Order: sequence, then structure tokens, then C-alpha cells
Amino acid sequence: MFRWFNAPATETQVTHGQRLWLYVFAVITMVLLVTPTLIVVPMSFSDSQYLEFPPETWSTRWYDHYFGSPEWMQATRTSFKAAFLTMLVATPIGVLAAYGLHCSKVRFIRAAFVLMITPMMVPVVLVAIGAFYAYVQLKILYTMTGLVLAHTVLALPLVVIVTGSALKSYDMSQEEAARSLGAPRWKAFLTVTLPQIRFAVVTSALLAFLTSFDEVVVAMFVSGGDNPTLTRNMFNALRDQIDPTIASISTIMILVTTGMMVLAQLFGQQKEPSKPKD
Amino acid sequence: MLAARINETGLRRDERLERLKLFGLGSPAMLLILVILVIPVGWLFYVSFIGADGTFSLENYERMLKRKSYARIFQTTFEISFLTTGLCILIGYPLAYFISGLPTRIANLCLITVLLPFWTSLLVRTYAWLVLLQKRGLVNDWGISLGLWDEPIKMVHNMTGTLIGMVHIMLPFLILPVYGAMRAIDRDLMKAAANLGASPKRAFWTVFFPLTLPGLFAGSLMVFILCLGFFVTPAVLGGGKVIMVSMQIVSNIELFVNWGAASALGVVLLVSTMVILWIASRFLNLEKMTGGGH
Repeated sequence: MFRWFNAPATETQVTHGQRLWLYVFAVITMVLLVTPTLIVVPMSFSDSQYLEFPPETWSTRWYDHYFGSPEWMQATRTSFKAAFLTMLVATPIGVLAAYGLHCSKVRFIRAAFVLMITPMMVPVVLVAIGAFYAYVQLKILYTMTGLVLAHTVLALPLVVIVTGSALKSYDMSQEEAARSLGAPRWKAFLTVTLPQIRFAVVTSALLAFLTSFDEVVVAMFVSGGDNPTLTRNMFNALRDQIDPTIASISTIMILVTTGMMVLAQLFGQQKEPSKPKD
Repeated sequence: MLAARINETGLRRDERLERLKLFGLGSPAMLLILVILVIPVGWLFYVSFIGADGTFSLENYERMLKRKSYARIFQTTFEISFLTTGLCILIGYPLAYFISGLPTRIANLCLITVLLPFWTSLLVRTYAWLVLLQKRGLVNDWGISLGLWDEPIKMVHNMTGTLIGMVHIMLPFLILPVYGAMRAIDRDLMKAAANLGASPKRAFWTVFFPLTLPGLFAGSLMVFILCLGFFVTPAVLGGGKVIMVSMQIVSNIELFVNWGAASALGVVLLVSTMVILWIASRFLNLEKMTGGGH
């Protein structure tokens, strides 16, 4: 132990003992990063209105309440449906756009790229009220179509960035070889390029799903009527009081996102070094 | 026929056509962004210059200057954004430094603690803090039973709660780019510095730290911009006592149906964001950060 204390830890010969504060600090920070979210899981099984930890009596009453409520079930279905459709719309058009931007050498390509990532730069509240206004004109307010289109806009930058960076490390001359052997461009893309960037495409799709599934502000404005999303209902419930049912829903949402994350990591690690979404 | 096409103008025309066709692949995505985002936001710009009587006027902006409440909202927004960014740097930088010095395998494990909250729904994390920080919550319970304080402290529905929640949510946005920058540093540089007689402190501040600055700038910028337009966390953890610009925009529309006031606030928010991004782009390669460009 003492030997470890006095052993050099860095290239500049600072010892572990001198850096102890850093270790303690880092461990505390990492614990604080993870536990607040995870502690909701055991709490959701508490029988008490006040969500004790550790729960004195265990029960599934908040889950019963969630699964027994037609409103929550309806909202859950809406959220899953919207997320799934967003994934189906955003992934192909985003991948096409990333491919087009990567290969085309027209002069205004920079402007096009900036346009593609504007949804990430514009404050989401503005996207929400802008879409709200547009949907009143287009008469698609409170429809699934409207919700999916708005979420697609939010997901597109992620798809374009993730797929685009995969295309950048991909050697385009492979596709050119296929084309010089007589394959039309679309076929060369589908059979040569796409299989090699498939991990980025899958990651993009999962990100698109999560973007929609977790989104609150846009959903607050453009989903409603018969079609509120889960997050919209959760947000409204949170503003009023601390409803323990939310703890059970949170647990389910943590399960969904963790599942997605594991999927993405699994796909990502087979081919390219795992990359956090940026 | 083939011979006729193989001449310079023909080839050039073909190439131009090809470029445009490829560019056209992006058109569904761009069209969608134009119709759902750019045009409506442009319309908000227009509405912000229309007064209550339906003609051109600057009254929406004048009101912002005149009323004290608006000044306070902007002050709160910038205050929270600066504080959150500062706290994220103070907490995130040492953590990124710690992780970057570990062997790859352990470092990846530690990174999961950063990525897990990053992927978890914002609403869920905000809710978790609401539960933990409430009067009868875990933090108060433990604080009292450990004898740290005597009676429940109000930690939520105020500035403290908002800051705690926001720092927790923004930390990964700072840690990831800083970690990336640190990982890319050749550690032999530190050895060289030590070899040349620099103290560990001096080697850190004159060699290591400057090399992490691009990552630190990128992360801080990201955090700051996201904070400026933040809505969910301050709305829930602030409990109506902490009002940021985006919250005022929402209540202008939901409660008062005042599009003029809401859009003027939106324009100011958007313009501040763009100005900050523009200034930053003069110092940083933003395209490199987002992976775009050629």
C-alpha cells in the first residue's frame, strides 16, 4: 500500500499519494453522475407516496397504476409509434443526404451542410413554436404525421453527422471500382458502400429513435388532443406534483434507453471504435 | 454517337449534371428542414416586428427594454448559463483528466458512467433530482441523519435545484470533447518537459493544458449554447421561481397567446446563440467539431 502511495503515477513523476484527491474527486463525481438516475429504479417499487429509499415496504402499485391507466397506455403507444416512424423516415433521407453531401462537389455544399445541422443549433423552443405555427397552416396540428415530421427534423443532423463521418473514413474508390465494372450508381451504393457503413447507419437509426422517444418541448406543442406523447404527459404531471407513477414510467424509459445503448455499442464495436454521439 | 459525346463540353456538362443529381439526394432532408424549421422561424422574425395593431412596429422589442421583468429573465438566463458552464468545467475537467490517464480498458468502463446519463432521457434525470432533492427526499434525509444539517433544506424549486440538475445534464457534453482532446495528447511531451526540468505543475500548465484547450472550448461552447435555450429542467426544478427565456416564450404562447412578444424573445435568443457561434467559429473549427465539411 505504501509502495503504491509513493509510486509515480504520471509522466512527470507525481505519486499516487499526491494525486489521491483526484481519485477521490473522480470517484465521487462518477457516482454522482450515475446514481441519481438509477436510484429511481428501486424507489419505483416503494409502497409509499413519498418514494423512500430504501423502500420500507415493496410493492408494484405504481406499475399497476401505470399499466392500468388507459391514458398512460395510449401515450406510451403514441411515443413508441412516433419514435419508430421517426426512425423509419429520418434514417433513409438522412443517409441519402449524407451520401449526396459527401460525393457532390457543387459550390454551395458548405451552405447545404450548415442547413442540415441547423436543427441542432436553433433553440428547441423556437423549433417547437415554429412547427406549431406551420402545422396550423398545414392543418396537421396534433396529428401523428406532424409529430413524426418535426421529430425527423430534430433527428436529421445526428443521422447526417454520424453517417457522414463514417463515409469520410470509407474509401470511395471501392464504389468507383464497382461502377467501372458496370454497376449503376444506386447498385454500387447498395451492394458495396452501404454494407460497409452499416454500423453507422444502425447507430443513426437508434439515435433517431431516441431523439423522438425522449423529446419533450416539440411534443408539448405539436402533439395533443388524442395523441399526446408519454414525455408530454410526464412533463405535465411533473409540473403539478410528484406523482410516484412517474417513477415506474422512468424505470421503463431507462430500460428502453439502456437497451438501445447496448444495441448501439454492440453494433459499433464490431467494426469501428465505439463513438459517442456528438 | 459515343464519339459525339466524348468531347470537352459534353463531359463537363455530364459532370455538372452528376454533381447536381448527387446534391439532389439531399433534397428531401433539406426540404423538410426548410418547411418545418427555416420558413416558420423566418415567419417568427417577421411577426416580431408586427405590433398589436397589425402594422410594422418595434413595440415587441421596446417592451423588452422597458420592462424590468424581461431584463431579469435575460439576466437569469445568462447567469445560469455561465454558472452551469463554469461548474461543468470545474467538475468535468479533472474527471476527464483522471479517465484519460487510465489504461484503455478501465477508461472505457469509466466512460460508461458518463455515457449512461447522456443517453438517459432528460425528463427522467430531471425527475430523479426532483425526487432526491425534495423536502422529504433522500438528500435531506441523509443530510439530517448524518448530522450535516438540522432541518430539511429547500433544495428544489429554486436556483440551487435548477443548477444541480443542469450541471448533471450538461456534464457529458463537456467531458466527452475534453476527454477526446486529452486522449490525443502524446504523453511523451510531458516526459520531455519533466526531463528538461519543469516541475509537474509547470509541465501541466504549459504543455498539457494548452493542448486540451480546443476540446475545452468546444465543450464549454456546447454547454453554454444548450443552456441558453434550455427549458425542461429549469421549468421542473425551478418550480416557477427561475424563469429563463425559453420558459417565458412558452408561457407567452400558452397563457397569453401573444405571438409578437414570444417571437421577439425568440429572435433575441436565436440571435444571441448565432452571435456566440459566429464568434466561436472565428477561433475554432466548428465543422471539425460536428464532423462536416471537406
